[in-house]
Amino acid sequence: MSMVDVDKLQFGLETFGDIVSAEDGELLTAGQSIRQIVKEGQLADKLGVDVFGVGEHHRPDYSVSSPEIVLGSIASVTEHIKLATAVTVLSSDDPVRVYERFATLEGLSEGRAQVMLGRGSFTESFPLFGYDLTDYDDLFNEKLEMYSQLIKEKPITWHGKFTQSLKDQDVYPKTDYNGIETYIGIGGSPESIIRTAKYGYKVILAIIGGQADRFVPYLNLYKKAAEKYNMPLQPVAVHSHGFIADDEDEAVEVAWKNIKANFDRIGLTRGWAPMSREQFDGETKVGSFYVGNPEHVAQRMARTINLMNLGRFDLVYGAGNQTAAQRERMIELYGTKVIPRVKEILSEEG
Amino acid sequence: MTEIKNVGILGAGKVGIVLAQLALKAGYHVRISGSGSVEKIAMTIETLVPGATPATNQGVVSKSDLIILAIPLSRYKNIKSKLLKGKLVIDAMNYWWETDGIREEVLDPSSTSSEQVQKYFNKSTIVKTFNHMGYHNLQEEAKPAGAENRKALFVTGDNKEAVDEVAEFVDTMGFDTVVHYDIADGIMTEPGSELFGASLTKADLQNVIDHFDETDFGKKIKAEEKG
Repeated sequence: MSMVDVDKLQFGLETFGDIVSAEDGELLTAGQSIRQIVKEGQLADKLGVDVFGVGEHHRPDYSVSSPEIVLGSIASVTEHIKLATAVTVLSSDDPVRVYERFATLEGLSEGRAQVMLGRGSFTESFPLFGYDLTDYDDLFNEKLEMYSQLIKEKPITWHGKFTQSLKDQDVYPKTDYNGIETYIGIGGSPESIIRTAKYGYKVILAIIGGQADRFVPYLNLYKKAAEKYNMPLQPVAVHSHGFIADDEDEAVEVAWKNIKANFDRIGLTRGWAPMSREQFDGETKVGSFYVGNPEHVAQRMARTINLMNLGRFDLVYGAGNQTAAQRERMIELYGTKVIPRVKEILSEEG
Repeated sequence: MTEIKNVGILGAGKVGIVLAQLALKAGYHVRISGSGSVEKIAMTIETLVPGATPATNQGVVSKSDLIILAIPLSRYKNIKSKLLKGKLVIDAMNYWWETDGIREEVLDPSSTSSEQVQKYFNKSTIVKTFNHMGYHNLQEEAKPAGAENRKALFVTGDNKEAVDEVAEFVDTMGFDTVVHYDIADGIMTEPGSELFGASLTKADLQNVIDHFDETDFGKKIKAEEKG
């Protein structure tokens, strides 16, 4: 029986800003790809999707290194959708700047800004901004603490090791709404889960490979840690890759070509072997790729939401070099078919 | 060698936790340590690996018949060589620049990581395995012996008896094995190789290992050796 509160359940779309392909296979420019994202954010808003997330990357395969600017543009053409980063790489960022950018987005969007803090799965930002990746944990811990002070929106006194020291200094602009909604993106480190619970932030689990089932014990860990630190238990979100098309076989083939190309390109720089078809098929059948026609994707999403008693599910779209038509059709199917169908399945089970 | 009943895992990260889960499922007594205090990992172990005992490095090693090193490679020298004296030790580590930093600062470029681990723990017997399959694949692909499409792990070390014993252990953990008796062959499964991150059956794994010199990575390693 489903324990999920269907009325409160949120559905998001996220993109890393992969370079879009023209119909003839030629790649569009980064600028064209960025403008396509704005159009897609607008479409997602019209269809009633709850959250639109944009990633931060510093690589040739992605068009977006400054997601808040793209989100700011989307803010001006949308009304309801929440605008999130997916994720903001806090360890290599300046917490004061992070606050300032999101407080600005909060104002522009009338309270729809949302931060997801994390490392992401990439590392380019560390040398780029002058940080040593081996300091990763210390950087994140210190900056998260500083960020937590900053979002109180009161003058701050701070002694930094990796960050600037401040004496009774205030930060601007102030927000009009309930402050900046903050999630921590987690890839499966138990320490991160405990840290998030300790701060009382929301958890978004990045499940990018393997079965969602293996994360169920992590939810118990989150619960126990929240209890231990006497913090509220927040609804948990999941983020996974997906592709939806009208036709099942078409969806599978487009996803295989694009997700494989995307993962293999990343694997090349990180030393892991190319994705095999067996691996891909495993991911789409029982793993963390939500690929297929709307019914198939809805069934698999509903299973995961139910299994983990989630409060939110974000589908990452656009991996590889998909065409604008493929991307937009996927968003339409997600908004008009998949979301209502997931709710329907979960209501029936309840 | 003594029969393996107690498995000790140094490292309570993603790989260490998955190996602890598998070992527990296979019926071993499992002790596990993290980089900080016992208290720091207690909640994690109690929740993710109920039944395993969180302990200090000392506590893990003294009571275990087999030790698994599942820490970042750059930190192996944080463990005193004599702590593992006389022990059978699995090296599940690889050089991984994201956590380990610049290779030259961690490793002597003239030999493989496991050769250096063996050299450092010179009173222990090192066998390399569990290093080349992704941690969630290790978790999901573990199957009983004889199961269809069972996946295989590469096991290698200089001490034949120890390698064979570890191969038997790997089998109880849920995997077939392909075995070599040369610790330097660990390079065949390191990041950049065709096998790193791949989950293959025994026949497929054997095939890639047998033709290692013909793979792009194998050619590169050969060129560097001659270099």
